[in-house]
Amino acid sequence: MIRLQDINKINDYEWEIPQSYRNDMRVAVRLFVTHRLLEDALGDRSLEQAINAATLPGVMQPVVVMPDMHQGYGFPIGGVAATRITDGVVSPGAIGYDINCGVRLLGSQIDLGAVEPVLSNLADALNRRCPSGVGVAGEYHLKDAELDQVCRLGARWALRKGLATDEDLLRTEEGGCLDGADPTRVSSQAKKRGLNQLGTLGAGNHFIEVDVVDRVFDARAAQTMGLQEGMLALQIHCGSRGFGHQICTDYVQELQSTVHRYGIKLPDRELVCAPLDSPEGKDYLAAMRSAANYAFCNRQLLAHAARLAFEEALAGVIGNWQLHQVYDIAHNMGKIETHVVDGKKVKVCVHRKGATRAFGPSSPELPDVYRSIGQPVLVPGSMGTASWVLVGTTESMSRSWGSSCHGAGRVMSRSQAKREMRGDRLRSELEADGIHIRAGSLPGLAEEAPRAHKDVDEVVETVHAAGIARKVARLRPVIVIKG
Amino acid sequence: MRSGYKEIQHTADWALQVWAPDLTGLMQQAALGMIALMGARLRHDRRLERTIMVSADDNESLLVAFLNSILYEMELDSVGFDRFELKLDGLKLHARLAGAPLLELQKSIKAVTFHNLEIRPVEAGLETTIVFDV
Repeated sequence: MIRLQDINKINDYEWEIPQSYRNDMRVAVRLFVTHRLLEDALGDRSLEQAINAATLPGVMQPVVVMPDMHQGYGFPIGGVAATRITDGVVSPGAIGYDINCGVRLLGSQIDLGAVEPVLSNLADALNRRCPSGVGVAGEYHLKDAELDQVCRLGARWALRKGLATDEDLLRTEEGGCLDGADPTRVSSQAKKRGLNQLGTLGAGNHFIEVDVVDRVFDARAAQTMGLQEGMLALQIHCGSRGFGHQICTDYVQELQSTVHRYGIKLPDRELVCAPLDSPEGKDYLAAMRSAANYAFCNRQLLAHAARLAFEEALAGVIGNWQLHQVYDIAHNMGKIETHVVDGKKVKVCVHRKGATRAFGPSSPELPDVYRSIGQPVLVPGSMGTASWVLVGTTESMSRSWGSSCHGAGRVMSRSQAKREMRGDRLRSELEADGIHIRAGSLPGLAEEAPRAHKDVDEVVETVHAAGIARKVARLRPVIVIKG
Repeated sequence: MRSGYKEIQHTADWALQVWAPDLTGLMQQAALGMIALMGARLRHDRRLERTIMVSADDNESLLVAFLNSILYEMELDSVGFDRFELKLDGLKLHARLAGAPLLELQKSIKAVTFHNLEIRPVEAGLETTIVFDV
């Protein structure tokens, strides 16, 4: 097991596991953590998993790990690894089963004080209109050909159906649609799972949350995003549902034998991979992009349902109940991106698993509205604690593969959380704090309790101080919907 | 006890330690443990059966493929299983699953992973630890 003395301190917010730590490492691991968060990380296997990621063929210097890191399976949550297009690999397990799990943030001009008496009605309307929970189907029952369209069009499918606006798409990573999706590379099992799950939240750590903008730290950036202190905002956290889970499952299974064919040796079978320019690698990328587009469309449809819920609950109470899109970002994704390394532009496949793209100002990938401030980075907390809106920086481009943290990060196992907290008591505590909770499963609620997570404020302070993201606004929850 | 399962600590996901005298027993215990972790309760008024056939290059891959096939059946048709009749022919598994429609499923599992997966011989037979993505 790695020990603190094996890790070099660069400064108060940056540490490094040198390539020399283990013979099979191809690059170093760079950790954006405080001493205290590093001690947390030494308590599980997240660092060992980051070291394993540093053995992937074609991986570039360095593998990066965020302060919200925790142990995952194969690749750590909070990990970022870039592999060379020329001789690198793509690893489904380094992206995760919930392909394009991500967060969407919508802002409003709704003053909390004006709607406080009807928040319970709003919670009910959101809970009714946004299907959530284990095995719950949505209202969109797709035919096979429609599912293929969703795979190819992403959130543009919703635009065609009148369920999105041009501005929604403009303010979504990749415009809500990754090029290169090919549903013919997706198994029939995955497609069957995808037909009835579009427009659903699912369960686990996914949620819809109404927040109030608690504090603004960067007035110019907040104004650009349409965020004002005291006004409501809405977060949607979910991904590609069973469709994406099955695609990752299929390819992790299929690539078990592929790695032997290409002579790739790995320390963990969950890291199986294929060369980016191989037929197997291209097939996975085409299928993964199909799932990514499904997820973009899924969050778009949930945003549409949330807008209807706001109208249902607030029309007649206030004059303007509109929700405008701030941004939609992925935090489990593999993307082909161009980065500057040693002064040269290099095309790489950036694997982000539990890490958010955080492109800095003037990045050509950003819509005009955000090009001067940098990309909005959305960092959800854990029910009852804050969430954060940040922006990417020039330094994130040069030091963390244009990436930042994605959330609070777990610190306690689910079984321990369930032993220590009862779901009904937790719900009462949160409601006593003025948070309206609608939860499908009380044990599930207990597993996601705030105490099971790191302090999101500490995580955010770390990336802010390290310079790989900048604080814009802090959000405080008033309604939480969980499956 | 010669065969069984127990949940072990994992920060983010679920991990299950499973042991049994032989491979089919191990697979059966893994399936029972996985379904118990999900908090599945079955209806008593109706029974059903499903057949699963999977093949793989090694025992670990076979175990993962078998458990993922169960997850697929459970999600697609909202059913659960409590009895397993398994036949192994080399690295091909033929499974007859008996169960019922779900009354309740507290938690879903996204996938069965290969993370550090190894089926180890022990004095009483075989043992392994499986990590599930939840």
